[in-house]
Amino acid sequence: MATTETAVRELTYGEAVREAIAEEMRRDPRVFLIGEDVAEAGHPFKTLVGLVQEFGTDRIIDTPISEPGYAGIGVGAAMTGMRPIVDVMFGDFITLTMDQMVNQAAKAHYMSGGKIKVPIVFRTTLGATRRSAAQHSQSLHAWVSHVPGLKVALPSGPYEAKGLMKTAIRDDSPVVIFEDKMMYRVKGPVPAEDYTIPFGVAEVKRAGTDVTIVATSSMVTVALGAAKLLDAAGISAEVIDPRTTWPLDKETLVESAKKTSRAIVVDEGYERYGVTAEIASVIADGAFYFLDAPVKRIGAMDVPVPFSPVLEDLTVPTEQSVFEAAKALCRKA
Amino acid sequence: MTTQATEPRLDLEQNLHFYRQMAKIRAFEEQVNELYKSAKMPGLAHLYVGEEGVAVGVCEALRRDDFITSTHRGHGHCLAKGASVNRMFAELLGKEPGYCRGKGGSMHIADPETGNLGANAIVGGSAGIATGAALSAKMRGSGQVAVCFFGDGALGQGLLYEAMNMAALWKLPVIYVCENNLYGEYTPCGETIAGEILARAKAFGIHAETVDGQDVQAVNATMKRLVERARRGEGPAFVECRTYRYYGHHVGDVNRDYRTREEEKEWMSTHDPLRTLAGRLKGLVDEGTFERIETDVKAEIDTGVQYALAAPYPDAKQVDEDVYA
Repeated sequence: MATTETAVRELTYGEAVREAIAEEMRRDPRVFLIGEDVAEAGHPFKTLVGLVQEFGTDRIIDTPISEPGYAGIGVGAAMTGMRPIVDVMFGDFITLTMDQMVNQAAKAHYMSGGKIKVPIVFRTTLGATRRSAAQHSQSLHAWVSHVPGLKVALPSGPYEAKGLMKTAIRDDSPVVIFEDKMMYRVKGPVPAEDYTIPFGVAEVKRAGTDVTIVATSSMVTVALGAAKLLDAAGISAEVIDPRTTWPLDKETLVESAKKTSRAIVVDEGYERYGVTAEIASVIADGAFYFLDAPVKRIGAMDVPVPFSPVLEDLTVPTEQSVFEAAKALCRKA
Repeated sequence: MTTQATEPRLDLEQNLHFYRQMAKIRAFEEQVNELYKSAKMPGLAHLYVGEEGVAVGVCEALRRDDFITSTHRGHGHCLAKGASVNRMFAELLGKEPGYCRGKGGSMHIADPETGNLGANAIVGGSAGIATGAALSAKMRGSGQVAVCFFGDGALGQGLLYEAMNMAALWKLPVIYVCENNLYGEYTPCGETIAGEILARAKAFGIHAETVDGQDVQAVNATMKRLVERARRGEGPAFVECRTYRYYGHHVGDVNRDYRTREEEKEWMSTHDPLRTLAGRLKGLVDEGTFERIETDVKAEIDTGVQYALAAPYPDAKQVDEDVYA
């Protein structure tokens, strides 16, 4: 976290995103934003309100509802001297932009022998429990984390939302940044001055000695809540936010697991073949001889996200489910 | 297929240059086929033989810094935009001095120095990229134009229409060049294209026309007009170039059961872009001019292929280099 005096100012997660984009657009005339309902509408989540008034419609560009088309246009602009932010309103819609992300943006630098750079940011969302049903609630960040050539950032709060977005915009490689749509109104300290958060550097959010909880995005808040419950049960939990799934700070995760001897990975993507599987494998590989229990994974339930609140709430990890899992892992259930 | 050159005055020097460029592409591709047949080239290649008039006619209407995006059948585009034969062959053989240091191969040759943003192995996959390059040119005020090459097969891809819609809305300096060689992979385009091709572009308010792709002069004259129009800020255009691939879908497609030998002979004997141009220039050049050009070109190709065969492979340590910029 920031240590300066100005860090006391609080912004919402959404405001932090907007401030990052605005600052980078002021700093670098090559940065522009393109997507659906991004200009006068200020985005359906209102995260971009005010940007078109400052930067005009030449740099805050409303598109038709054509995700593959404007994603491709972003890739072409990035190859030729611009630094686009491509706004994909819901993370579910990356199904539509996949060719441009995976076959075009991710590969151009490698396939050209390093001659073509694609400095592009795909800005999108993840997260369920908004009662939006199966096509607007998924957390598909594992899909792009799988692809060499892409970097993937998952801001877990307002401070991260600003710092990771600024790093993403300045990166010369394609970055996909997933904002948790349920966090846009969450407030937290955000420095007014310029700062960035390096990719591939995890943050220990809370030190502990008995169990390591690795959590991503809004699951960091869930894990911190579980850690409080665990404290009351006499279990000291260490909570770590990797902040980027690629590059992944394997060392920090492994060292923590070596210290605590137990690890849980919490992520809102589907559990099977997901981020939890990869991180659990990294910890198992790196800390095997130090572990007193198998690494536990908690992801979203492997079902299409249901609409009915009573069903939807069952599909995501919660403080209680993380707490119960940690207790069981520490054999204090 | 009756379109004539729209400029009757022949600029002899320029036309001989057209001829040389087309001859170079043809000799290059014939050599690629030999490399395949003699098992010296890894993988496959999609030969451009027969379609040379399109790439040369288009690229000769462009500045060096104008952009192109190319296709899986892209060697002709790359050479016409100014790529060197040596480095092209080196890339096709997976060698270190290749345009992509051996990491791209036949379907991914990119050469930003000549404005070539890369060939693409996803059919229609570069429609967005070319349109984005045009948006970038407009935003930067650079005066550059982008050309998106694609085949009739790409007319089935939605991305193309999304990109054309935005290009029209934003009056972007991009020209969509459809190389209609009558077959999408192994399927006649009559089975895959409903309605009129030009009507698709016109529906977006995009200026659209058809040109005889076997007539390099006609292609060039058309493109010069459309490129200048785009540079003036008058927006995108769409050109359908009627053409024919003499070989199959790729070098291994030798039976070509989906079309007749008679059809192939008809195209080669009466619509060949090199013969057509040579016929027009007859009487304006010394006897033996075309033979001399072909001899020169053959020498360049021979030198290039020898260079590539002798070139080193990339070092193993390069396998995970350049994944990220």
